[in-house]
Amino acid sequence: MSRRGKFIGGGLVILAALGYLVYAGVSQSVVYFVTPSELQAAPVPGKAYRLGGMVKAGSVKWDAKRVALDFVLSDGQASVAVRHKGTAPDLFAEGRGAVVEGTWSRDGYFTASLIMAKHSEEYKAPHDASQTGYKELLKTLRGGTQ
Amino acid sequence: MTYVPEIGYAATVAALVLAAYGSAASAVGAATGRPALRRSSERAAVGVFALVTCCMLLLIYAFLTFDFSVRYVATNTNRGTPFYYRITAVWGALEGSIILWTWMLSIYTLVAVAQYRRRHPEFYPWVLSVMLGIAGFFLLVMTIPAPPFERLSPIPLDGRGLNPLLEDSGMITHPVALYLGFTGFTVPFAFAMGALITGRAGDEWITITRRWTIVAWYFLSLGLLIGGWWSYHVLGWGGYWAWDPVENAAFMPWLTGTALLHSVMIQERRRMLKLWNLTLIILTFGLTLFGTFLTRSGIIGSVHAFSQGSVGQFFLGFLALVLLGAFSLMAWRFDRLRGQGELDSVVSRESAFLLNNVFLLAATFTVFFGTVFPLLSEAVRGAKVSVGAPFFNLVNIPVFLALLFLMGVGPLIAWRRASADNLRRNFLAPVLAGILAAGVLRALGVGNTLVLLCMGLVVFVSATIALDFYRAARARRRSGDGWLGATGGLLLRQNRRYGGFIVHLGILVVALGVAGSQAWSVQTETTLERGQSMELAGYKVRFDRLHGAEESNHFKVIGTFTVENGRGPLAVLSPAKKFYPQEQTPIAAVDYRLGFLEDLYVVLGDFAQDGSHATIKVQVNRMVSWLWIGGLVLTLGALLAILPDRRRPA
Repeated sequence: MSRRGKFIGGGLVILAALGYLVYAGVSQSVVYFVTPSELQAAPVPGKAYRLGGMVKAGSVKWDAKRVALDFVLSDGQASVAVRHKGTAPDLFAEGRGAVVEGTWSRDGYFTASLIMAKHSEEYKAPHDASQTGYKELLKTLRGGTQ
Repeated sequence: MTYVPEIGYAATVAALVLAAYGSAASAVGAATGRPALRRSSERAAVGVFALVTCCMLLLIYAFLTFDFSVRYVATNTNRGTPFYYRITAVWGALEGSIILWTWMLSIYTLVAVAQYRRRHPEFYPWVLSVMLGIAGFFLLVMTIPAPPFERLSPIPLDGRGLNPLLEDSGMITHPVALYLGFTGFTVPFAFAMGALITGRAGDEWITITRRWTIVAWYFLSLGLLIGGWWSYHVLGWGGYWAWDPVENAAFMPWLTGTALLHSVMIQERRRMLKLWNLTLIILTFGLTLFGTFLTRSGIIGSVHAFSQGSVGQFFLGFLALVLLGAFSLMAWRFDRLRGQGELDSVVSRESAFLLNNVFLLAATFTVFFGTVFPLLSEAVRGAKVSVGAPFFNLVNIPVFLALLFLMGVGPLIAWRRASADNLRRNFLAPVLAGILAAGVLRALGVGNTLVLLCMGLVVFVSATIALDFYRAARARRRSGDGWLGATGGLLLRQNRRYGGFIVHLGILVVALGVAGSQAWSVQTETTLERGQSMELAGYKVRFDRLHGAEESNHFKVIGTFTVENGRGPLAVLSPAKKFYPQEQTPIAAVDYRLGFLEDLYVVLGDFAQDGSHATIKVQVNRMVSWLWIGGLVLTLGALLAILPDRRRPA
């Protein structure tokens, strides 16, 4: 019986430790998913958020010198200014969806530590207009480096 | 206008009918003892294999001939897609990966038929019935929610093209290995069901399927490793594991499969844990289905999740059916599942293995919990929340460190009850070695406690393995072999034990890689004018120029960067941005210089169109190579353990 007791006791200790770890893990790393309207309604500075919305057309400002990317995320009703140190990830573009992770600053903007751009799944035929765009680009590059 | 899609669809339906018939016939044959039915169901299994192979070949043919009248082909390829990627594009998305899965399952079924037709007449018909039933489910998915041969109208002139991220050689092997792993667990599962149905729920099925479990585990490990390599060298974030739902979905069955590999040894040796092992195999098989449900249903956002639709519901329904059926059978046979042995002492090999299982299951649970947490939280509290990598790391690091410790204890501690003498003899030196190593590293300036703990444990476990191997080889040498002969003889004759040790060594190397890369990698992001240099961790990276290039299906802007260290030039790296016509934004192509201790990893982030300046992300990733080396060691060990056991009674 005492052997059984040892196993049960040991099991309970492990279970309790695991429970504590999960509890601590959740409370330390939980991130609230909000839309720009929800964030604007009740922003809490310093709290970790995941903010999802559309990248507003014409709002993306890239400063290569400072390696700083500024843009506005919008959900149609409200919009939030986002600042990020670093380049945009693949698939990031104006008019497309993006999710950023970071915190709200008291000065009225969102500091993103991570940008996740969404891959669009719908069928799209190859775009002639954009192809010419790329060809132009290649021409400039070749001209610029020869 | 070809009739390939119609033939493909007809083959799918015919295979579905055959699988359903074969499954029923085999079960009825087993229940009524009519051998004619059994033979008929064997032929059905051959037929299913032939028809699914036919589907696979037809789809490959459609891809190679650019048959854009097939929606799946049009969505996943275009005229520029290079030859190799037209073949891998076959399993580049949902419909094709279901075919691949079904095809592998039909191969496993055939192998099981060939292997067990004569040997296990009691189990075998039920095994066949279960496997054909599962194949039937996948064929149903191919018929209704994910038909690969669906027509597209009007027929486009060109296809959309493969997801550019999948244009990588890793995509040839990664899905194949992963699915061979997933489907491999079907065989032990089918045997477990056969054991329950026939009431021979004892130890026989475990012995028969032990090697199958290792095979499945081997492929799953390989799949995970290649997946990590793909993530590292394609995605351009410098990491290999993101705790993404898709990765977790493949990792969970790996964890429970690992637990099973260990607990079967207890059942073989001590006739204990019968109920537990059945639960583990049901859980492992269930998790392979759950993973597909999770990633294909769109209920959880993921960078990998491809599509939404009713596929998720099919998998959820089937998963419910499988779990309900399996656990009902278990309840029915409950009285036959009592173990004969008993745990004698807390300090014994049995309890070390039991503890190993507890921790592996704990890890599975936390990964599961973290993955479905957003769903739970939304259902319970209505708040949309998620937990990311910090949660998984925080919770799993202690669990995995505990597992490392047990990895040293388990193989050497005595069965039943370990005496103080046994403990001293086996563990005193390794423990001292571990502590000494941690102390030396501390003195050398390693400040991170977790890294010190991990490295100390790695040295401890390595020392136990070395000690055991040295003793065994010495014993063989006494009987006349040289050291080399003794070593080779041990590896071959006790291949299961030493294959396991080699797997453990591989895990140790992987653990060092994880610890080192997490603790010591550095990165920076900066903009360079042409000719300008930046420095990071002793490397000097100079931006030389930008130029363009045209590939068959995309344009490429390539940056040229010269890398030097204090001693002289090292390499020229050419990270690029690839512009695919079907994508609105470019895709980054990383370039790197791999090294034993550190990799230099450069991503082209942004550039000026005139080539005057470029923004790059430079990372020095430390000890990442150890992951691949450890992975290789691990898979070699698993291969050794799969070999037929050549140990003979002395």
